[in-house]
Parts: sequence; structure tokens; C-alpha cells
Amino acid sequence: MSATAIAAAVQAGQRSALDVVNEHLALIESADSEVRAYNLVTAQAARLQAAAIDERIALGQSVGPLAGVPLATKDNLCTKGVATTCSSKILEGYQPPYDATVVTRLREAGAVSVGKTNLDEFAMGSSTEHSANGPTRNPRDLTKVPGGSSGGSAASVAAGFTPIAVGSDTGGSIRQPAAFCGVVGMKPTYGAVSRYGLIAFASSLDQVGPIANNVADAAAVFDVIAGHDRRDSTSISGFVPSAQAALKQGVDGLRVGLVKELAGGAGSVPGLAKDVLARTSEACEVLASAGALVDEVSVPSTTLGLSAYYIVAPAEASSNLARYDGVRYGLRVDGATTAAMTTATRTAGFGAEVKRRIMLGTYALSAGYYDAFYGKALKVRTMMCSDFARVYERFDVLITPTAPTTAFDLGERTTNPLTMYVNDVCTIPANLTGHPAISVPFGVGDDNLPVGVQVLAPATQDSQTFRVAAVLEQAAAVQR
Amino acid sequence: MAQRISEEEIVHVARLACLALNDDEVKLFSQQLGAILDHAADIEALDVSGLEPTNHPLPLSNVTRADVPQDSLVREEVLAQAPKARDGQFVVPPVLGEQP
Repeated sequence: MSATAIAAAVQAGQRSALDVVNEHLALIESADSEVRAYNLVTAQAARLQAAAIDERIALGQSVGPLAGVPLATKDNLCTKGVATTCSSKILEGYQPPYDATVVTRLREAGAVSVGKTNLDEFAMGSSTEHSANGPTRNPRDLTKVPGGSSGGSAASVAAGFTPIAVGSDTGGSIRQPAAFCGVVGMKPTYGAVSRYGLIAFASSLDQVGPIANNVADAAAVFDVIAGHDRRDSTSISGFVPSAQAALKQGVDGLRVGLVKELAGGAGSVPGLAKDVLARTSEACEVLASAGALVDEVSVPSTTLGLSAYYIVAPAEASSNLARYDGVRYGLRVDGATTAAMTTATRTAGFGAEVKRRIMLGTYALSAGYYDAFYGKALKVRTMMCSDFARVYERFDVLITPTAPTTAFDLGERTTNPLTMYVNDVCTIPANLTGHPAISVPFGVGDDNLPVGVQVLAPATQDSQTFRVAAVLEQAAAVQR
Repeated sequence: MAQRISEEEIVHVARLACLALNDDEVKLFSQQLGAILDHAADIEALDVSGLEPTNHPLPLSNVTRADVPQDSLVREEVLAQAPKARDGQFVVPPVLGEQP
């Protein structure tokens, strides 16, 4: 049952929120030992919240647009009094004294969080294997990774544990796992959704966004979580989400560009799989036959995105993660001095991938290398912003694959970090430019695993991504 | 081929980052960080003169709230999360190394 259908039934008094939540908790209980999507299941709190919703309905009081809808919350979003770990040993035992704005808004809308989902430690990874709790598995094939870093959230939706989830996306961490698990995942415009209470990885790139089984449910979550928040100084004032209103607009006359550099031909980045490229080009045909004006377009600096990202994101991470010093929260490993205690705590508390990125970022920001790497990367970011601005004069949206391949085997890419990083080549541009982007399932690859197609739009045009995704979703359903 | 990042540099950077690495980790990070920076050679070689850096995707600066007192987090709740706290304060080992 879709989120919107559940909410409608609960609002109408046809279904009890408690029954809905109990059904989903039972499913988690029986099947999550295989999928391992959850770091923590908050069954008791979920039941209490659901019962309170039923009570309001019995009393004739109003309930929110997501009333009674079970929700999975990525474990890097702060939840008051509920363990929030970022899948890291260094936040062991941490129970935040406040809720993230996204968590508050979803609760006020009636969504019932059933637990905290697994992620790559501090959201650094593309497979959910770099977790202190061990990997999550892809519900479509348990021998495959679910993608990452929001792998737990995407797996929860794909497994039917919850119809909706929230994740965070710094370089593709919502969209790539959505593609791998065959669900919808959307990264909003930077500043459209509050980052208050999202534990920071790379502050100029991080955004919270929805994951759902269908485009309409993702739009419903987006419309709840987006909008200005005075607690986040990078929040866009005056942003009013309207994703649901765009779902039935169609694409007649819409100008759609297929990005050449991510389309596999001459001048394209290497490593894009044939089956994924075939689905992407079929998606363009579908849009053309629905009335869109489709053309190929070159966005040259796209090819530099990966390099720029893997300088900028670790640099910001090395700074953000300096706060884990064993003083205020989480793990402390004792030492004779404060400096010794801090080093001992960080050495014991961070996993290998987080250490690698802290090292890379610290190096890129250190004297003598700052201009060569970090300074250059920021200017490449400027190049990308101008390239996209120029292209968006002639196009309304752009199409690319979401990920270079379908889901890969567990353990396949953990030894060589570069083989993991190249996963993000299609998703990174939207983070560096701050633009919105959605991944929508569109058929399967030669291995019968889901393929995701990505739709990008200019800043604040989030609803356009949902509009196009709705058309692709409908076509994919017909083909199936 | 000379290593792009020497093991001495890795040890130095680890000290800046407050991480203690063992010998194997020093070797591994020297190789891996070198490989990642080799990949970034495309931007290292790029002529970007005349371009301004983009630190941030939004044209925002100095966002301030109204200068009105408001509640902050409850001190006891915040301190309850600390590994060690006493008398409303965080407790840490000696900062300069002397014993208390």
C-alpha cells in the first residue's frame, strides 16, 4: 500500500494507524535479520505515536497529510532521546538532546518513524559496507550491496518495511541506493530542506531528501520536509514546495537534454555500463513520445566533478569531524592529557574509510597543498555552475544515468577506494552545483537488477524533477 | 615512480588530524591517498586563472536572527551526553600534561 493510500485510509477512519504500524513492525521483525536495514527499531515509541493518531481521529481532530505512514529515518538525523550513531563507534551511546527539523516536520505530518537506518559511517561511502554495524544487503538480491550511503533507508523501502524513508545526499547518497534498490530517491535543491539536526559530513553539499516506492509518495514527503527553517542559516527563505502539484503536468513541450559526458559516447566519462545507458536512452525516447523536445547536450566540466568532489567533500569532512574529541558526547578513550585522550578516542572511534577521508581532507587543506587541490577544486565548482547555467538557458531538465552500473556484489569494491568513488560520477554534479535531482527506477539491467535514471533541474525547480519522474514511472510500469 | 605522498607526510597529516596510525596504515594511506590524488591530476593541471572559487552553492552570507533572547538546549540534558561532567561543566584530562 502506498503512503498516500495509507494516509487517506487512516484519515478516513478506515484503517487504524496502530494496525498499519504493527503490520510493518512485524515485517521488520521477520525479515530484517536478512536485510539488516536498521541500526535500531523504535517499536514502542512508534506504537505510542500511532495510537495517539488513532485517538485524534476518534475525537474528530485533524491529522497530518502522512497520518499513520511508517517511516524509516537515516541514523545521521538527530532524534531526541533516541540513539543516533551515524553507524560509527565514536557516537556510541549518543542520545541527542533535540530533534532534527526534518524529524519534527514528519512527526507533525503524522508519519511514524519505526527506527534508525544503517549507513556508511558518517555517510561516507556508496555501498553501506563502511558501517560499524556491518553491511546492509540489497532486498532485490541479498548478495548485492544496497548502494549508499543511505542504503538502510533505501533497503527499508525496497523490502516493504516502510513505504517512505528519509536519507541524506552529499554526493549521491540518496539517489544511488534508490537506483540500486529499485525505488525513488530525490536530492532537493541545496537549502530547500533544513539541515538542522543532520549530523554534518560536508556542509556545502549535504541535503536531506525523500526515498519512496513511487514518485507521488516521494513528492508527498518532499512537500512536508521542504521549506524555510530559521534554525538553518543556509535555508532558502521563501521556498514553498509544490512537488505534488507537478505530478500530472506531463512533459509536453518540455526541453530535455541528455548529458553527452554521461551518455557513453565520445567524450563521455568511462565505465558506464551498456545496459544502464540503454535504459537511459529509452527514457529519453519515452519523454520524446510524451511530447518533450529531447536533444543531446554537452556539459564539459561534468567530467571534472569526481576529482573536485573528492577534494571538497573530504576537506569539509576533516573540518566537521574535528568536533569528535571525546569531550562533549559519544566515545572517550582515556589518555594522560586532553590531546592524548582526543587522539586515542578518534583512533579507536573512526573506521577506516572515515580516517581515509579525514586524512585526504587534512592533506588537501594543509599548507603548501591548499592552492593546488582545494583552491582548484572550488574553481572547478565555479566552472560547473557556469556550464549548467548556460545549458539551462536552452533546457528545462537534464537526463543522465543515476549510477554507472546496477548493484554490485558485497565486498567487491571495499579494497580499492577509487573503484567505490567512481560510483558517484553521475550524481556528484548536482551536489557541487546545489541543484535538485531525482532517481527513478526505469527497467532492469542484463542481470535483472534495477536501473535508475536521473532527472536534474535548475536550483529551486525541484518540482520539475518530480514532474518528469512521474512520466518515466508511468512508462516503466507499462513496459513491465 | 616516486610516491606522491611520502610516509613522512602521512605521519605529519595524521598528527594534524589527531589520529594515531600504525605502520601498515601509514603505508596503505600513502598508497591510497596518492592514487586518489593521481586521479585528481585532471584538475591539478587545469588553468583556472580568472575564476572565482565557489565555497557554497547559495548566494548567502551572514544570515542573522533577530536579537531576541530565546531558549537554548537544557544544560543538564546536554551534559548528560558527555563522557564526564561535573558541576555543570565538561571534565577533561590535564590540558598541558601536569597532574592535578
